[in-house]
Formats: sequence, C-alpha cells, structure tokens
Amino acid sequence: MDEARIVRRGLGPRLWLAGGWLLLVLLAAIFAPLVAPQDPLAQDLMLERLPPFWLDGAEPGYWLGTDSLGRDLLSRLIFGGRIAFIVAFAAAIAACLVGSTLGLIAGYFGGWADRIISRIVDIWMAFPPVLFAILLVAVLGTGLSSVILAIAIIDWTRFCRVIRAEAMGQARMDYVENARIAGYGRIGIMLREVLPNVLPSIVALLSLEMGIAVIVEAILSFVNLSISTDDPTWGGIIAEGRLSIHQAWWVLVFPLVTLILTVLSFSQFGEALKTRFDPVLR
Amino acid sequence: MLLQRFLIRLATMLITLFGVAVVVFVVIRVAPGDPIAMMLPPGATDDDIARLRALYGLDKTIVQQFFIWLSGVVRGDFGTSISLRQDVLSLVFNRLPATLELAIVALVMAVALGGTMAVLGARERGTAAEAGIDIAAGAALSIPDFLWGLVLILLFGVLVPIFDISGRVSPQLDLPFVTQFYLFESVVRLRFDLTWDLLKHMLMPAIALALPLAAIIAQLLKQSLKEVLDLDYVVLARVKGFSETQVILREALKNAALPTLTLVGVQFTFLIGGTVIVERLFSYEGLGNMAIDAVINRDLPLIQGIVLVFALLFVLINLAVDMMYALLNPRLRHG
Repeated sequence: MDEARIVRRGLGPRLWLAGGWLLLVLLAAIFAPLVAPQDPLAQDLMLERLPPFWLDGAEPGYWLGTDSLGRDLLSRLIFGGRIAFIVAFAAAIAACLVGSTLGLIAGYFGGWADRIISRIVDIWMAFPPVLFAILLVAVLGTGLSSVILAIAIIDWTRFCRVIRAEAMGQARMDYVENARIAGYGRIGIMLREVLPNVLPSIVALLSLEMGIAVIVEAILSFVNLSISTDDPTWGGIIAEGRLSIHQAWWVLVFPLVTLILTVLSFSQFGEALKTRFDPVLR
Repeated sequence: MLLQRFLIRLATMLITLFGVAVVVFVVIRVAPGDPIAMMLPPGATDDDIARLRALYGLDKTIVQQFFIWLSGVVRGDFGTSISLRQDVLSLVFNRLPATLELAIVALVMAVALGGTMAVLGARERGTAAEAGIDIAAGAALSIPDFLWGLVLILLFGVLVPIFDISGRVSPQLDLPFVTQFYLFESVVRLRFDLTWDLLKHMLMPAIALALPLAAIIAQLLKQSLKEVLDLDYVVLARVKGFSETQVILREALKNAALPTLTLVGVQFTFLIGGTVIVERLFSYEGLGNMAIDAVINRDLPLIQGIVLVFALLFVLINLAVDMMYALLNPRLRHG
C-alpha cells in the first residue's frame, strides 16, 4: 500500500513535466505557421551559421541560430515537429490496432491461431528493425505515408507479444469461465471482458511506441529516406548538424535535445498512465 | 530431453529463416524502379536491358526466381552485388567481422557496466545510492542507441575531442592484418599500438550500443540479487563474517544470474540490430553501413544477403541462449 502511494506521488511531477513538454511541442507543431519566427525554408547565405542568441554574432529573430544555408533553426525545429507528431500518432495507432488485435486473438483463442501468429512474430523478430525500416521505405518510396506504413509494418509485433501474453493470462481467469457459462460467445468475451483488462498495457505501449516512431522517423530522415528533402525534419536537421559539427554545434545540439526530451516524455507518460490505470498498483 | 529440445528449436529456426527469406524476397520484388536500368548507361538499348535481365535471372516468374535464389543460398551462392559487382557472400564476410567485433565489445561493456551497477545497487539497497542507480538506468534505457551516439559525438568528439568519431581505424596506418578481425588480430600479433587505435575508434559506437543493454542488466540483475539476498544460505554466509560485497559476488550472483542471462541473449540481438544505424553514424565500415548503402543503391542481391546473414545471426544467438539456459537450469537439466 505504502509503496504504491510512493510510486504514485513520485510519478506526479514526472507526468506533468512529460505531458507539459509534449503539449508544448504539439501546440507549436499545430500552430507552426503562426509560431515560427521565420520561414523554415528561406535560405540566406548572408545569415549562414549564425550562433544562438546568447553568443556573439547572433541576429535578433534567429533565436537558436541558423544552419549552413542560413535557414532559421528554431523555425525548422517547429515545422519538423509536425512531421514527427503526425508519424508518431499515425504509425503508433496503426501498429497498435494490428498488433493488439492479433495479440488478443493469439492469446485468447490459442491453438492454430496462436501458432501461426507466433511464428510470424518470430520471423519478424529475426529482422534488424532499422534495416527493415530503411528497406521498406526504399521499396515503398519516400514520403509521409511510406514512413508511417513502414513503422506500422515493423512495430506491430511489440503490441502483439505483450498483449498475447496478457490475454493468455486473462483467458485462464475465473471470470472468463463464468462469462462462458453465462452464455456469452467467445468473441463477445474477448471484446467485452478480456480487452478492458489488457487496455492499460495497450495504452502504455501506445505512448512508448509514439516515442519509438519519432526516433525511427528521425533515423529515416537522417539517412535521407524519409520525407522529401525540402521539408524540415528533426532527423534531417541532425544529419546537417552531424556534417557541420565543428563549425556550428548548435545545428546538432538543439534537435538532439528536442528529440531526447520528446522520447523521454513519451516513455514517462506511458509509464505513468500504466500506473494510473493499473488496478493493482492503484 | 536436451537433444529433443535442441532438435525442436533447430526445426523452428529453419522455418523462421525460410520465412525471412520469403519476406525479404517478396518485399524486394514489390519495389518499383528497375535496378537493371540503373546499372546501364543512358544510351542502353532494350536488347541490352533484356540481356542483363536474363543474366540476373530477372526474366523468370517470381516463384521461379525465389527458388533459384534459395537453392543458391543453400549452396552458399548469394549472387552478385549489382552496385559493387562482386560476390555477395565474400562482400558480407569481408564486413561481418567488423560488426561482430563492435557488437562483442559493446556486449562486454554492457555486462561490465550493468553488472557493476546491479551489485552496487544491491549492496546499497534502500539508500539514495540505489535510487540514483535506478534513475541512471531508467534514463539509459529510455534513450535509444542512435541518440546516445549523437550525444557521445558531441561530448567526446567535439567538446573534449579524445576519441575518434569516424571510421574503424586511422587511415594512415599500415595494417599487417590477414583477417578482417582487426582487433583480435592486433592482440594476437602483439601490435598494441594498433589495438589502441582500433579501440579509440570503437569505443564511442560501442558505448552507444551498450548503454541501453547495461541499463536492462542493471535493473533485472539488481532485482534478482535483492530477492536472493534474503535467502537462508546467503544469511548464513553473512553470519560467517563475509562482507556484503563478498556475499553478493561469491554467493548470490551465481544464483541470481540465470534470468539475466536469458534476457541478455535476446537483448544482444537488439544490440546487433542497432549496429546498422550506429555504424552509419560513426562511418564505421561494418555490415550495417554497407546495408544502408545497398538499400540506397537498390542493390537487391546484396540486401537479401545482408538481411539473411543478420537473421541467421539472430536465430543462432537465440538457439545458443536457449541451450545454455537448459544446460544451466538444474530443473531442466534433470527434468
């Protein structure tokens, strides 16, 4: 009891910090044209590699400095957040729907369904995920929908494995047997009885997966395989920053900090949600 | 009992590999864009294209192509790389040692770092030191290897430039090696100057790969240690006058290590998967870096070969871990 209360109190500020950061980035992304101080694509070779505002040589209006083509870093980060969040939400939800459904079926029904689904999961686990993602995007063609599809195709197994194990545990519980005696159909039991009990895990995984999707999108745009090269993406900015690291460290530092905070927030948020939802820990 | 378990695992392993081969083949054949057209100069005639298609077997049906390719693979013939115009298998074997050395160095670092954190955390259980270890492990786990790599590049490549952040070995050095296992061979030949140069290049990518795994080891092993530390035989050792560190290292560790061992096996495959992007980040000339080039160049035979070798590596590691677990676990050994 005491321990649970401590866990909950400990997660309080973390939940707020994580949620606050995600909300900030999300709002900035949604209202990007209003919030961004500059046009993220405007190049100006007179303004190349301006340092951030607290250093000598900074220009007002270019808060975080500019890259080697004179584009405003802050504006590019804000617009890059759009791509990051679209991919995070769409890919994570798609992976979640496919993976949770298959996991629920495999875990609850068992038998042949389980054997086939588990074998497919085994095959998927034998691929190096990053290489698989790069391969899929190369095949599907670069673009937002390809990136989302690639992440969903790869990461559904994360949901499937966890939900399968949990549904298996639930299927052995008394209440499932009682529901069957009461005359409910198997699919009805799966959806009305088992699903609500595995929902906390699904929600926590979903938040975690959003962070993973953001990273995968950054990796794909880092190797120049994500969206068209014109649109600013966090990974694309990082790739530029990696090249000009000795001349303009800020081009790497700011997107990196943004990415780390976002990933940490998604995982903390998922963790906190799980504790909130979990009847045992609560 | 053990043999039966081994044979069943071997059979599932082969099914998995066959599945991987099918998936790779299907995914690649769906690819739009003609790799043959990209190989030829712009003035090539349709006849040239057709001849080359026939040469690479691309004029047959997909099912025929698959089984021609698969029967080659079984005999060790992975085809010819389109972009590099060399035998795929020799290209892969040329690069694989670099990736294996990196992965093994990273694994050793992860076990050393994670193990130390676990032992310290178990010894200082219930104190602020343990809480600190928990927070450090949590952060190390939540941040993926790609981001750790970038952080390390900034810290030790730019801010305090003490390590190399690009390549596998300094290019001006004269290498006497006959194998591709540079690190191993430099030690065998007692050329420690080269060993140091190799390690200076390897350290940053290896740490990036090791940190998430070290965090997992720290968390799980600490948990198992804490459970074991309350058992009678450990209490007895304490009564005998051993210090807490001695108790943990001599008595508790061998009984707490088994669950961690299984997990490390699975996680090691994730670590190897991570080499793909980490090698890219540090321009390390391993298999993963070559894989990304192969994808960008649409080099189908090379991609197929690399993915299959990775998959083979993954299932072999899982098999080895499973067998090791069965051998070490007394309940399974005598069951």
